[in-house]
Amino acid sequence: MIGSEEELAAVVADADGPLSVRGGGTRGFAGAGEVLSVAGLSGITLYEPGALTMVAQAGTPVAEIEAALAKENQRLAFEPMDHRGVVGSTGTPTIGGVFAANVSGPRRISVGAARDFLLGVRFVDGQGSIVKNGGRVMKNVTGYDLVKLMAGSFGTLGVLSEVSFKVLPRPETQGALVLHGLDDAAAVAAMSRAMGSPFEVSGAGYDPETRRAVLRLEGFEDSVSYRLAQVQDVLRSQVSEMSVMTAEDSTAYWDGARDVAAFHGAEGDVWRVSCKPSDAPGLAQAAGAEAHLYDWAGGLIWLRMAAGCDLRARLGVFDGHATLIRADEATRARLGVFQPEAPGVAKLTAGLRKRFDPRGIFNTGLMDAAA
Amino acid sequence: MEMPIPDADVLARKARVVARLQSVLPPDAVIHEERETKAYECDALTAYKCPPMVAVLPSSTREVSDVLRICHQEGVPVVPRGSGTSLAGGALPTADCVILGVARMNDVIETDYDNRLIRVQTGRTNLSVTGAVETDGFFYAPDPSSQLACAIAGNIAMNSGGAHCLKYGVTTNNLMGVTMVMMDGEVVEIGGGHMDAGGLDLLGLICGSEGQLGVVTEATLRILPKPEGARPVLMGFDDNEVAGACVSDIIKAGVLPVAIEFMDRPCIEATEAFAKAGYPMCEALLIVEVEGSDAEIDHQLSLIMEIARRHNPVELRESTSAEESAAIWLGRKSAFGAMGQINDYMCLDGTIPVSSLPHVLRRIGEMSEEYGLKVGNVFHAGDGNMHPLILFDANKPGDLELCEAFGAEILKLCVEVGGCLTGEHGVGIEKRDLMHVQYAAADLEAQMAVKDVFDPAWLLNPAKVFPLDASSPRRSEALAAA
Repeated sequence: MIGSEEELAAVVADADGPLSVRGGGTRGFAGAGEVLSVAGLSGITLYEPGALTMVAQAGTPVAEIEAALAKENQRLAFEPMDHRGVVGSTGTPTIGGVFAANVSGPRRISVGAARDFLLGVRFVDGQGSIVKNGGRVMKNVTGYDLVKLMAGSFGTLGVLSEVSFKVLPRPETQGALVLHGLDDAAAVAAMSRAMGSPFEVSGAGYDPETRRAVLRLEGFEDSVSYRLAQVQDVLRSQVSEMSVMTAEDSTAYWDGARDVAAFHGAEGDVWRVSCKPSDAPGLAQAAGAEAHLYDWAGGLIWLRMAAGCDLRARLGVFDGHATLIRADEATRARLGVFQPEAPGVAKLTAGLRKRFDPRGIFNTGLMDAAA
Repeated sequence: MEMPIPDADVLARKARVVARLQSVLPPDAVIHEERETKAYECDALTAYKCPPMVAVLPSSTREVSDVLRICHQEGVPVVPRGSGTSLAGGALPTADCVILGVARMNDVIETDYDNRLIRVQTGRTNLSVTGAVETDGFFYAPDPSSQLACAIAGNIAMNSGGAHCLKYGVTTNNLMGVTMVMMDGEVVEIGGGHMDAGGLDLLGLICGSEGQLGVVTEATLRILPKPEGARPVLMGFDDNEVAGACVSDIIKAGVLPVAIEFMDRPCIEATEAFAKAGYPMCEALLIVEVEGSDAEIDHQLSLIMEIARRHNPVELRESTSAEESAAIWLGRKSAFGAMGQINDYMCLDGTIPVSSLPHVLRRIGEMSEEYGLKVGNVFHAGDGNMHPLILFDANKPGDLELCEAFGAEILKLCVEVGGCLTGEHGVGIEKRDLMHVQYAAADLEAQMAVKDVFDPAWLLNPAKVFPLDASSPRRSEALAAA
């Protein structure tokens, strides 16, 4: 097992074939090649609760980080999901994997995505050079922002060895408002209305199966009750039946929504569509999925489709993209995990990969256009 | 400031370049007379000046594309310019360049409250983005001090911040999509109304790239519902260290203020003499602002004041009305002007870990004595973004150089304690040669590789960001290939 950044750099420099870069291996898909795991690069290097910052080695388990933060009553505010349930995988989610895949949960709509919290990276590029970018301060515009570039690059540009990131205080409590008896269009309209109010909704999801939309509010106890009442007032003309969830129920509900619990163990392929919220009902209809769920007030749709079905063909061109999260290998190879990019953008992506990984050894096939 | 030698070949072809530009732009959009190009000789970093060869003012993405295609074919460097408010010399021309100003492109293209976004042409000023949506209860969050004048184009180029980014983030956290014209004239669309990238996060890479990767002509920006209200509390302390500890305790307590501003004694004194805001004379002053309903604000301010009381403040003044809030903010907002009344000043913006605040302030004080130049500190304490203002006399020979040397020492100190050279102003020309302090050769190499991909001929915004010695092999190679 690789135990240091220098060792990692040497392994990459000496590699004579493709490397399949892994954190905890919980995603159920990976690039081709010999497995290169960073699990051995583990541990929290620095934690300053008063500065809201943490630095950790890439292979540090997310659970270890969350436990350390909980002790100081802080958290990863972007609420990274755990893919194991929906993908049916094993393994241990790592902080490097979270940032390499820009994994963000329901709270993304109010606080931002994983990439918005990543402050600095250290990584090894395709030739074995150790590169750093950003740092451990909240504001940093010194040179190009390779931190954002590395977030969501799925190990295709370099192997993360260390990440530094912003954390936030854990609020005193939470509550949720349940909107009953809505169809897709009415739910998205209501969620949009709530998000456009000043009451800081930190989660907005809808399940067509139950015809319920749920809005989360977090903060000090009095503030949460006040805002629960205010949001109800805002929505009264649009929604006839509303109820309030306790903090305990709300926590359980959003943990499930974060990990897409409704699809655990169910048959078929799982897709994730990122779109403009108001387009969501139309896209969901065009998809003809066996089941679908909305998060991010409609900006994220989870779909369970018949195995092998080409969702992208059904959706056509839209403002957003569709990612294949769970499917058998043949479907993945045929459709590709990632949505093909427009030619101008694809050229830039290919150019960057060529410069950061000139030998083309990192996660080959993973982010490439489908064959 | 060392700049590359202007390309004699380009200068010799000025008439031809002007004629070609005139063929794609209206007559008043091509400025080439020497008395007129002088208007573009500098930005807000006025210590450095150089009139461009030509300045153009296109009105559409199409015109920008035509200009860039011509400049690319002619091998002419292009310096993009928003409103010219850069404090880092980000829009400083070279003698052989075309200045591409986006000031005429200031339309709102689309306002979409359902999806909480606005799409604008990038010559639009920061404040007028909020102006377009505020009657409907929305605002655009990043608020650099120059927001009345600065353009979205420049905000994107420099990834601008502001006083309220502790809660709302900086430009990159509020930018959803761009239309960008590449140096060869190709137009690309990146991002849009959706919230995350489908592949590599090119949007995040472009934001903060100082106009060196492409010219952003349109932008989709996130807008937010205006909070019900906001109110600050002002607190004074006898010791910088205690004020720093108080900031840290507030952050740890789980209250997330929208702003925590810090001023030290020299700055308080200057501000009082200038704006008479009624600030207490003390070593350190904090302004902490929170948002919400009246009851929510009362609750948060009471928690914050309880923390402050544990640090024995010499003054604790809670605002209870809009008038009192304005009075508390008055001094802070006049701080730069107040310092300018005393003397010329140079404003730095290094960022440090909040925990290093007392140490850094102490060292700056010691260096101030060594250099014999006064410094006032006013900054965003919540995120460690310092703004030391070094006073000097521009008319006194050698004073500017002394001030620059002192500034460089402060920035080195910021890097030494785990911070960075610039938190929100950008590298530009000003901090270009200090990049070696923060980044090793391999780090700069990786950044320059990005430039190679987007602008292989290295024509966009030349001689900025990267130390000339680091970029010179690439620039000569690009020139030879042309």
